[in-house]
Amino acid sequence: MSDQGIADPTTEVFWQACAEHRLVVQRCSGCGRHQFYPRPFCLSCEATTLEWVEAAGTGTIYSVTTVRVPVIDDLKPPYLLALVDLDEGPRLLTNIEGDGASIGDRVRIAWRSRGNLPPLPIFKPDPR
Amino acid sequence: MPVSSPAFIVGAAETPLGKVLDHSELSMVALAAKEALGEAGLRFRDVDALFTNYMGEEGSVQLGEYLGIQPRYAESSDMGGASFEFFIHHAMLAIAARRCDVALIGYASRQRSRRNRPRALSGDTGTIGAQFEAPYGIHFPIGHYALSAARYMHECGATPEHLARVAVAARKWASLNPKAWIREPLTVDEVLASPMICDPLHKLDCCLVTDGGGVVIVTGRERARDARKKPIGIIGAGESHLQWHVAQCPDLTVTPGVVSGREAFGMAGIKPSDVHVFEPYDNFTHAVLLYLEDLGFCKKGEAGEFVASGHLDPGGKLPSMTSGGGLSYNHPGALGILLLIEAVRQLRGEAGDRQVPNAEIAVAHGTGGLAFSTASTVVLARD
Repeated sequence: MSDQGIADPTTEVFWQACAEHRLVVQRCSGCGRHQFYPRPFCLSCEATTLEWVEAAGTGTIYSVTTVRVPVIDDLKPPYLLALVDLDEGPRLLTNIEGDGASIGDRVRIAWRSRGNLPPLPIFKPDPR
Repeated sequence: MPVSSPAFIVGAAETPLGKVLDHSELSMVALAAKEALGEAGLRFRDVDALFTNYMGEEGSVQLGEYLGIQPRYAESSDMGGASFEFFIHHAMLAIAARRCDVALIGYASRQRSRRNRPRALSGDTGTIGAQFEAPYGIHFPIGHYALSAARYMHECGATPEHLARVAVAARKWASLNPKAWIREPLTVDEVLASPMICDPLHKLDCCLVTDGGGVVIVTGRERARDARKKPIGIIGAGESHLQWHVAQCPDLTVTPGVVSGREAFGMAGIKPSDVHVFEPYDNFTHAVLLYLEDLGFCKKGEAGEFVASGHLDPGGKLPSMTSGGGLSYNHPGALGILLLIEAVRQLRGEAGDRQVPNAEIAVAHGTGGLAFSTASTVVLARD
């Protein structure tokens, strides 16, 4: 992935999966806990036997804010910035599509394409 | 009863404040150092320990060169705006262990004049932040703190009015401080009517961006006798840190101040009700609510009503942000040094119109980083 501007060998598997619109997280084969971002050991039981597994892509909003000032060129305010708890456990910083969302709302994975870089996992309201 | 102090603050001085066009950061620190050392009855050549942050690469080296100080104890750890409370802790320990005699803790910023505060995260490739935070347009650091405020309000029942009331309390104090950046009266309605930056944080829920800084001199009991002003005892100190990336924080309604406060109050042998003056790092209004709960001044979820009752105001039962704080007095990017200076002034009884009567114990509580990454608590007492 370093040729695509992400010089982190520990996240190559993650970004390769994103290119296929799959969201993957680490799972500890010792205790079964999921974690993200990836590390070479389990934060919970300290085992070093971790595997990448595909997440269901569903979760719940832990916190959300509407950013009303310009921060980066790619995003025109206002936009939703949120923390989403995946059903597997890990919490992700992300954007939510649309212009309104609340803490506790259910969300589902979506993807934002971005030129030479792999697609970025974002979320959209999950009507179910 | 509080413990006896292993170390004392014997000098405390602000750099020029506000918008500083006729000095560099280094010359600002030099001016404050001269004044603080004068209070201490000491000279630059007496300083054998140097602590600074945000003074360039290898900051203590650059500051040491400028001031002509070759220390035998040195630190330029980056603990964000709370670095200076961490430094008090470390200087106290180093002095108690006789690894140094006179510590100079200093800092200055011209972030307002230079207009160099970034809004976005650094674009360095390969970092966790560049991969998993920056592409989502998280405002640095208001986005992080807004996520914390939103969750805190959701879980603990604080209202926008409660947050705004913190800014009003700070402004009441600022109106009594001739050095405060803004002194005009402020109402809750005016805070709520100010532009929303990142919900639920309005512009007036956020601290100032000003130039400023200061210097604090710490020494042991023997050298403290030379001081020209009343030495102020360091009777407790504690520190901790937690996440850097906001998604890694397990609970955004709690800060590492729980640990730093427990350590500092435990060492000092005091409880929250013993504190006469509270100098919290008011980078955002909701921050003060979290500290009040984390340090045990109120129970979880009760800080909003505590503040609304006027307890932080002049004449209140926990006078807080007595300089006007980062919200109304000065926020030079790293407020922690100014919290210490204000606490010292209150304990010396030299705070003028804003003096808290009979102040004997003051707490300076710093935070730093992104959504409360770091915390350090210092308990100071009139000897």
